[in-house]
Order: sequence, then structure tokens, then C-alpha cells
Amino acid sequence: MSHDTHPAAGSHGSRRTYLIGFALSAALTAIPFWLVMTGVLVDAQATALAIIALAFVQIVVHTTCFLHVNSRSEGGWTMIALIFTIVIVAIVISGSMWIMFHLNGNMMPMTGAGMTEMP
Amino acid sequence: MSTHSMTADGAAPGFYVIDEEEHHGPGASTSLGFWIYLMSDALIFATLFATYGVLSTSYAGGPAPRQIFELPLVAVNTAMLLLSSITFGMAAIAADEERPGATRLWLGITALFGAAFVGIELYEFASLIAEGATPQRSAFLSGFFALVGTHGLHVLCGLIWIGVMLVQMSLHGLNADNRRRLMCLGMFWHLLDVVWIGVFTFVYLLGVLR
Repeated sequence: MSHDTHPAAGSHGSRRTYLIGFALSAALTAIPFWLVMTGVLVDAQATALAIIALAFVQIVVHTTCFLHVNSRSEGGWTMIALIFTIVIVAIVISGSMWIMFHLNGNMMPMTGAGMTEMP
Repeated sequence: MSTHSMTADGAAPGFYVIDEEEHHGPGASTSLGFWIYLMSDALIFATLFATYGVLSTSYAGGPAPRQIFELPLVAVNTAMLLLSSITFGMAAIAADEERPGATRLWLGITALFGAAFVGIELYEFASLIAEGATPQRSAFLSGFFALVGTHGLHVLCGLIWIGVMLVQMSLHGLNADNRRRLMCLGMFWHLLDVVWIGVFTFVYLLGVLR
């Protein structure tokens, strides 16, 4: 914590932290775009898994290098708030997808003609 | 009676002041409070991501992501936001090193990258609407415009904030208040970049793959 030197500044990193974060982030952005735009991995499923994994790694890089979240800042409370938010975000997103996917499956089948008569 | 018994049996009540957080400056609690606001903002984006995820294949006979998304444009846009993050980092470091002029310069560069991002996004939206891919066209497009539009509005608010910050810095220099504001602005700006990682991965890249 850097309260000792600058009372108003809660947490911030060094030039090195930012540059490492930027280099990692540039690579982690370029690779997924390259994978999708060139279609190197022929299998779409494998490409999807790869870019999702890279996105999660990049989010961790940004949180540590740019947002400077660690277990020590604010006596650990920023980390606790972040973990709580991640849990809620995971429940909201995966829960919505799960419920709505099954809801679609349980809906009464509708013909194309019935669809066009809908308001 | 029982209240007196504590001191009567000889054990004097002790008070201990535990100084857990020494040097608790005026801006210290602000950063935690602002962080909690940012987490609530992240929840707004979570609901928008969930909505988009549910609606992302409901094309209603309209265009699919593959037909309307232009990945080179999205890549340029992503680069703009990423560059604005590192230039903001440079502004924060310049403020730490007591260089107000350099701080203002880096903030200005950050604002230029941010403005480029918003400009490219508006251009993208305008060309989508010109093609007939309006928010009213399908549930997928409603979800898309709601999610990406909310992020764009946040970046626009960040740009206004950078403008206000520049005025405050030219009036008061690098005082304690402005350092605190700069720190909050930095957290806000970097969080928008984190949200954009989710947008370009789950909306654009996965959309084109589908």
C-alpha cells in the first residue's frame, strides 16, 4: 500500500507493471483476433474454447496490472468485493443461459405460419 | 450487581486500540467506495451480457453476426481502447512523479484514443443501421445495441470526466483532491477496458464463429 507517500492515492503500479500488462494484453488481444480471422484452428469449437480461455487470462492481467487488485489493497476488501462480484456475475450469466435454454426447449412448438401471425 | 463484580474480582477491564490500518489518508476509503460502485457497474454489464447471451441466436429472419460484423474494424477499435489504457497508466505514473504537465499531456492522449473509440463505434452503428440492422430488427440486434451501446455511453462519460479532470488540474494542479479524482477516473477507465474484453470476445469473435 502506498498510503505512506501519497495519502490520496489508494493503489497504483510502477511503469514496469503497466508496460508488462500492456505487452501481455496486446498479445492476448491479437491472438484471438488472429485465430478467428485466419481460421487457423479449423475446428470452430476449439477456436471458441481458445478465445474464451484467452479472454479470462486477459481479464486477470488487466485486474492485476491496471486495476492493481491484490490481497493487500484496502486490507483485502477490494479483493473480497471482486470475488463476490465474480460469483454474482457467474450466477447471473450462467443461470440466465441455463434457464432460458431449457425454457426454449419446453415451449410449445410453433409453426412458421403461427410465427408470422404473432403481433 | 454483576457489573461491579468484574472489577471486584481484581481483573481490571482492559482496552486495546488495534491500529490495523496505519496512515489512513483521506482518499483511502474513497478508493474502496468507488471500487464497490465499479463492482455494481460490473453487475449492470453482467445482466446485459446475460440478456445478449440468451437472445444472441434469435435472428427473427434478420441478419446473423457473421453477415454484419466487420472484424478488422473491431480490431482497430479494440486497439484504441487498449492504447488508451496504457496512456492512462502513463498519466498515473506522471502524477506519482509530481509532473503535472506530463500528467495533463498523457490524459489528453488518453482522451484522443477514447474519442477515436467512440467515433469508430458510432460509425459502426451508423453503417449497421444503414444496412437495416437496426435495434428493432431482431432480439439479437436489440441485445447487441443495448450491451455495446451501454459500454459506449460509459466511455463517453469517461471522456467527459477526463475533460473535467483536465480543467480541475489546470485550476488546482496536483493537489490531494485531484490525485484522488485521478485515481477514481483511472479505475473507471481500466474497468471499461475489462468489460470490452468480454464484448469483443463473446459478442464479436464468438458471433462470427457461430
